Amino acid sequence: MKVRIDPEICQGQGRCFSIAPRIFDFDDLGNGVVIGDGTLTSDTLELARLAQLNCPEHAIFIEDEL
Amino acid sequence: MTDIPLVQDFATDWDHSDPQWVADPYPIWDDLRQRCPVAHTERYGGGWFPATHAGVSEIAKDTENFTSRTVVIGNGRPGELDLPAPIGVAPPITSDPPFHSIARRLILPAFAPGPINALEPMIRELCSKLLDDMAGADVVNAGTQYAQYIPPGVIRGMLGFPEEDIELFLEFVHIILEGIDHPEEERIIEFEPIEKYFVAQMEDHIANPRDDLTSYLLNVELDGQNLAMEHVFGTMILILVAGIDTTWSAVGSAIWHLAHNRDDLERLVNEPDLMPVAIEEFLRFYAPVTMARLVKHDMEYQGCPMKEDDWILLGFPAANRDPVAFKDADTFIIDRAENRHVAFGLGIHRCAGSNLARLEMRVAIEEFIKRYPRFDLADAEAVTWAPGQIRGPRNLPIRILR
Repeated sequence: MKVRIDPEICQGQGRCFSIAPRIFDFDDLGNGVVIGDGTLTSDTLELARLAQLNCPEHAIFIEDEL
Repeated sequence: MTDIPLVQDFATDWDHSDPQWVADPYPIWDDLRQRCPVAHTERYGGGWFPATHAGVSEIAKDTENFTSRTVVIGNGRPGELDLPAPIGVAPPITSDPPFHSIARRLILPAFAPGPINALEPMIRELCSKLLDDMAGADVVNAGTQYAQYIPPGVIRGMLGFPEEDIELFLEFVHIILEGIDHPEEERIIEFEPIEKYFVAQMEDHIANPRDDLTSYLLNVELDGQNLAMEHVFGTMILILVAGIDTTWSAVGSAIWHLAHNRDDLERLVNEPDLMPVAIEEFLRFYAPVTMARLVKHDMEYQGCPMKEDDWILLGFPAANRDPVAFKDADTFIIDRAENRHVAFGLGIHRCAGSNLARLEMRVAIEEFIKRYPRFDLADAEAVTWAPGQIRGPRNLPIRILR
């Protein structure tokens, strides 16, 4: 599983990187960015889901790798 | 006092300054959601109020049909002359695309988590000093002695204005916030001392640049050029207007809640790690800020015949109480795990100061409950709530329990 943030939808609400700082970081404008390539482990999947459920803009996507 | 008629039916005659709405708007919003998701009023020259999360969300994101050229409801409409469109009087909050993103990019770096988190020690010291000044009393006013002073103190520090000017600065803040609906001619006179002081500060920062928000705004470039002094001044005023009674209200509401919900207070005192989640629930449940839009052109929206220049009251606090969007929406759950609240708005106008607001709230509450782990309301009847688009307790007498 992989997590990504759609930069067109993200408005920098700041929820993802405070909930899951191991998975998400912020850029110079305060928008959320995924750390690394976004691959999730059994350890981090749940946290990524929690961040997704707290994003008011619905900008976080968790998908099966192709 | 004015003799504005009291509202009988909020579905057809809403008024966000009506005493019933100011005292307790939540039952009104629940009622509107059930029988009429978009309420109407002829007051203020005509306007609409979507009471659902879906309606608020849709309008907040629709910049084609709704303009931000003014975001505070008044009796008049801004004239074309007031508005160097598409910039608006206070960019970027009053700007529409495409200028909006240009103006917003200028200020976002200064309010991103990096520079904001660096302010934590300064905010903590400020809160601690305010608490020292209140020490020893059995009853303290968490509104007028504490919450009210935190955002101006922080913003004074961010702008890099001298600490000894704090009283003067507070007076300016008072003029700016209290006079928001004064007539234009009065506003110009009221603003004279503010402009004079700010210009002097800007000149001093030009001569002696330093690491603060004033120097940042003076040095930042738009199309390879520095901003005009008027633009810098306008942005400073926006920061004062947008960043003070909003956060003051949020801090006050949280303390008010803890004062009459002892279980929540005990949990926060005993489980400090709960604070970030609790802050989000404070923001959802007591969202202080309601914005406004103007309808751009005659149109029909959800069966409502909207006219050009009708107001939209964009109730983020009402959206946060919509049971369709939140489980047990009218229950405060201090450890609510799923919380897509919209206290900072949605879409391109997401509150630029949200990182600062959260930090101020967290530090202010942490310091208050560290100093006073047990307290309750000294006089529940004496608590007053601000009317209009910013909601929060103003008079907030708290009894300290030893």
